[in-house]
Amino acid sequence: MQEAAAAPILSVENIALSFGGVKALRDVSLTVAADSITSLVGPNGAGKTSLFNSISGFYRPQQGRIVYQGDDITHVATPKRAGMGLARTFQNIALFRGMTVLDNIKLGRHTHMRTGVLDALFYYGRPKREEMELRAEVEEKIIDFLEIDHIRHAPVAALPYGLQKRVELARALAMQPKLLMLDEPVAGMNREETEDMARFILDVREEWGVTILMVEHDMRLVMDISDHVVVLNFGQVIASGLPADVQHNAEVERAYFGSGDYSALRKRPRNAPTGADAA
Amino acid sequence: MNALLDFIEFSLSGLSVGAIYALTGIGFVLVYKATRVINFAIGEFMMIGAYVFFGFAAKMALPMWAAILLAFVVTGAVGGLAERAIFRRMIGESAISVFMVTIGLSSIIIGVVEIIWTADPQSLPSFLPDNPFFIPLGFGEAFLPSKNGWGFIIAALTVAAIVVVFRYWRGGVALRATAADSQAAYSVGINVPGVFSFAWILGALTAAGAGILVGSIAGISSAMGAIGLSVLVVVIVGGLDSIVGALVGGLLVGWLEAMASLTLGAEYKQLATFIVLMLMLLVKPYGLFGTHDIERL
Repeated sequence: MQEAAAAPILSVENIALSFGGVKALRDVSLTVAADSITSLVGPNGAGKTSLFNSISGFYRPQQGRIVYQGDDITHVATPKRAGMGLARTFQNIALFRGMTVLDNIKLGRHTHMRTGVLDALFYYGRPKREEMELRAEVEEKIIDFLEIDHIRHAPVAALPYGLQKRVELARALAMQPKLLMLDEPVAGMNREETEDMARFILDVREEWGVTILMVEHDMRLVMDISDHVVVLNFGQVIASGLPADVQHNAEVERAYFGSGDYSALRKRPRNAPTGADAA
Repeated sequence: MNALLDFIEFSLSGLSVGAIYALTGIGFVLVYKATRVINFAIGEFMMIGAYVFFGFAAKMALPMWAAILLAFVVTGAVGGLAERAIFRRMIGESAISVFMVTIGLSSIIIGVVEIIWTADPQSLPSFLPDNPFFIPLGFGEAFLPSKNGWGFIIAALTVAAIVVVFRYWRGGVALRATAADSQAAYSVGINVPGVFSFAWILGALTAAGAGILVGSIAGISSAMGAIGLSVLVVVIVGGLDSIVGALVGGLLVGWLEAMASLTLGAEYKQLATFIVLMLMLLVKPYGLFGTHDIERL
């Protein structure tokens, strides 16, 4: 495979994660090649978001390890991972409501700033300079790039959904990520908004040299822009490879559309442990 | 003229108490803002500060500065420990459960204080300069007892420093971000558990400071935590999650209590406060400066 040539920026090795008796992830491994767009797909409940949360540190897998840029980060705390250039967006937008677009974006730079209590008490010198540099950088680059100039002072809570998603992307970019993780970047968007977002994602990779790992249900988008696709089902990787290869994989079709065998479906409730009279 | 002078003197002493309310209110707001915990034990944290100061300064005869420092260290440690050992484990529990735990914590603190120092009222050794304030007015001089005056000055300076620091220091930004969305804050690199600990420790420290000031004005007893009820009114009037609200609410409630003492008699001042509380909840349930989508108990 061609993408195996580049050194992986991230590799997940044999991760297992369970919540009580529910096995969300079992023995999941995947690699994300530097400068690639890697997509994670699978039916609802397949463990995509659990895997995302494990990579960004919200969940601690019980087994396996996560290697990022050659360092084992399995036990590194979430904020530190953010400082290492691991940025993400959320499936159900997580913006700082009540703050403006600009404030939200500026918070993305939080980890890179160094202002002590005393500097803040006497508001000059470093904080001021830092603030000016930051503002210039943020305003010039990210806001222009994502075409959100007209809403920079708007409170985020008042924005339409598509724009909120874009602000979340802007905040992630302000973190100066090396690996950007997008959790369903175009969920709930119309065709036009989806195409805008696809363009942004491609440009982020091209112009900013950021590697992308995304979870997405929109198969057309996934097939159009991904270099590499990983398919999860019931917490396991069932296929991975080039978009075209994965698309025609028999197991993937079964995961998405079922086997077409109705007798198999009828058997399921009867075999379920709770099924005293499940029919 | 005398009535006017009374009015001014009562106002001044009311505002001096109000400044201490504001300081305690900030302790409450910090914790609520960062962790969404309604800290009913805030009055008892004041008591810890006052009693530890009493223990070191009066019983062990340490120098004042050392006793104050130790009072801060002990109260801050109790705050940090409570967060780490109890409230961090309760993240995700219902607001009522957490609230009940703070009530339990307040009972435990009262019990421990009574075991160590008994329930008898004590007076704190004085550490503030003893020079009453005479504020010259055109028609006479308004008198303000030294302790009240200094209490006001110290509380006001501390409150101002906290407001400024939280406005410009990035820790303040971290606190606001955590308050808005702790998950998002975590993912942009804000050390959210650190913010939680910090809020509890700083909340305990402001309460300790307020407790020492209150204790040196009115003396200490194991029932002094009841002042927490007035502080609850302060933060509900100001808005549970607003630092500026705590400041304004504190001064307002302190002044109103003084006015009630002046016009109705000191025994009615609580009545005035709680009428204000009820009116506020009817008219503006989120407080003067509170965020509108916060949870109500």
